[in-house]
Amino acid sequence: MGSLALKNVCKSFGNVEVLHNINLEAEEGEFMIFVGPSGCGKSTLLRIIAGLEDATSGDVEIAGDRVNHLPPSKRGIAMVFQTYALYPHLTVKKNMSLGLKQAGEDAARIEEQVKKAADMLELGPYLDRRPAELSGGQRQRVAIGRAIVRDPKLFLFDEPLSNLDAALRVNTRIEIADLHRRLGTTIVYVTHDQVEAMTLADRIVVLQDGYVEQIGAPMELYNDPDNMFVAGFIGSPAMNFLDARLLDMPAEVATIGLRPEAISLGSEGPISGKVSHLEHLGADTNVYLHVDGKLLTVRLFGQQDFEVGSTVHLQFAPDAVYRFDKDGKRIR
Amino acid sequence: MQRVKHNPLNLALAHLALIIYTIIALFPVLIIIINSFKTRKAIFRDPLALPNSETFSLIGYETVLKQGDYFGYFQNSFIVTVGSLFFILLFGAMAAFALSEYRFKGNTLMGLYLALGIMIPIRLGTVAILQFMVATGLVNTLTALILVYTASGLPIAIFILSEFMRQVSADLKDAGRIDGLSEYRIFFQLVLPLVRPALATVAVFNMIPIWNDLWFPLILANSEETKTLTLGSQVFIGQFVTDWNAVLSGLSMAILPVMILYIIFSKQLIRGITSGAVK
Repeated sequence: MGSLALKNVCKSFGNVEVLHNINLEAEEGEFMIFVGPSGCGKSTLLRIIAGLEDATSGDVEIAGDRVNHLPPSKRGIAMVFQTYALYPHLTVKKNMSLGLKQAGEDAARIEEQVKKAADMLELGPYLDRRPAELSGGQRQRVAIGRAIVRDPKLFLFDEPLSNLDAALRVNTRIEIADLHRRLGTTIVYVTHDQVEAMTLADRIVVLQDGYVEQIGAPMELYNDPDNMFVAGFIGSPAMNFLDARLLDMPAEVATIGLRPEAISLGSEGPISGKVSHLEHLGADTNVYLHVDGKLLTVRLFGQQDFEVGSTVHLQFAPDAVYRFDKDGKRIR
Repeated sequence: MQRVKHNPLNLALAHLALIIYTIIALFPVLIIIINSFKTRKAIFRDPLALPNSETFSLIGYETVLKQGDYFGYFQNSFIVTVGSLFFILLFGAMAAFALSEYRFKGNTLMGLYLALGIMIPIRLGTVAILQFMVATGLVNTLTALILVYTASGLPIAIFILSEFMRQVSADLKDAGRIDGLSEYRIFFQLVLPLVRPALATVAVFNMIPIWNDLWFPLILANSEETKTLTLGSQVFIGQFVTDWNAVLSGLSMAILPVMILYIIFSKQLIRGITSGAVK
């Protein structure tokens, strides 16, 4: 019995269908991430799980109970929003305790829960401040604290890191991972950032245009993508796609994919290209090549130098080549 | 932190312009107040002079307070203005919330319908309104005035407020829903405080025309008990003789309450603007 199950969930706004037959299950304690480009329906799906939006058809089950007709507050969930969504006129403490107060919990338990969450997130000194007096990172911690206090069966995170600056984002990412380990609660997390998805998730759900493209552990998706979309979306820099005719391939293969890190450069090889640009990152060097009218990325380990404009040859292991048919489906 | 240096000449010119504008704006008000403290002869002999020991007189104020029920008029005006503002803001905000928050069939059409009143002056319907008030027995009640002003103030209120409410973070309302707040509490406790500057703007926009209106009090509520201040002051303006002392004193006293209300609302206005800027 999973702690979250979606069965044939569809959603349309007017005539526009935004989610098509979504089926998935999250295990107890699992960290599941919905990832996809903007407009793929991932936030809508999260809002349907939360009960902020009704599914047009299909069922949502939380901890084995069908919750289709329950309001958000009765579903045993807590949600952390991208914009924090703290109540501006309430202190941190009241922000965190409002949900329990509404549910009619007694004061002693509210106090205890707030204290527990505040200790966990090191918010103790700020309990009497208002959101306006806190920094962005602190506000995000309060928003997470507000979710923890409710002791939910399911945590929902809606792009919680996208309003933070880069350094804080990495820190908060680690904090969220740590929090998940300590709480052991199921988390469903939405992001458009595949790095977040790769680093945090137990399993990733890749969505595009309202369809689930693939569900799997981060390394499964990286090593064994089902189609071109997943192959291109997971991994950074993104996978290179080339016309299959460049290599000697069976007729049904339309496109081949090569990960930037699976390629090395030398003076011999089946495919050659012109160096167009170099990026020195210290630990790696990204080399951009013009191959067959396309820009191709090669990620080399260490610090390497090539002359811009010079011709180089790609070298790669035969099993590093991903093959796709004309519809973008992987040929294994 | 280094402050931006202003050219002193520019600064002086800007202040000069502002001072001139202030003088022009305040001049008529000042003349009214000065002359309200002078004898009738002094008003005509030298309207711009300040009252001195010879010309100082409270006769205007005495007349105003003795003749007619000035405090009664005053109270009527106050009840009508505050009552109308209350209902305009309440119903306007509620309609605006529904229009901006909920998806339902005909939402846009409803919004247009509600905003239509901006373009149609309510005075065109005076006759029908009077017939309606007579039929419902509301003639010569303050309720009639409050109803009319509420109706005429709603379109612009809904128009302005729904724009502002669209800007209130959707996440905040959703957070309230997840915490189990009812839609009413979300409206009253989360959304209304955040659109307070807009509420103040709508209040100021509506307040002064209502306070100053002569038309509807004259038509719908001209009995002695329901006269508003503006209508009450008209007794001193005759076809042949006008008691200027009384008129000027009455006007001076009528300014006060509007000014107090205005100060209250404008403080909200400024607080709203600055809190938005700092965030």
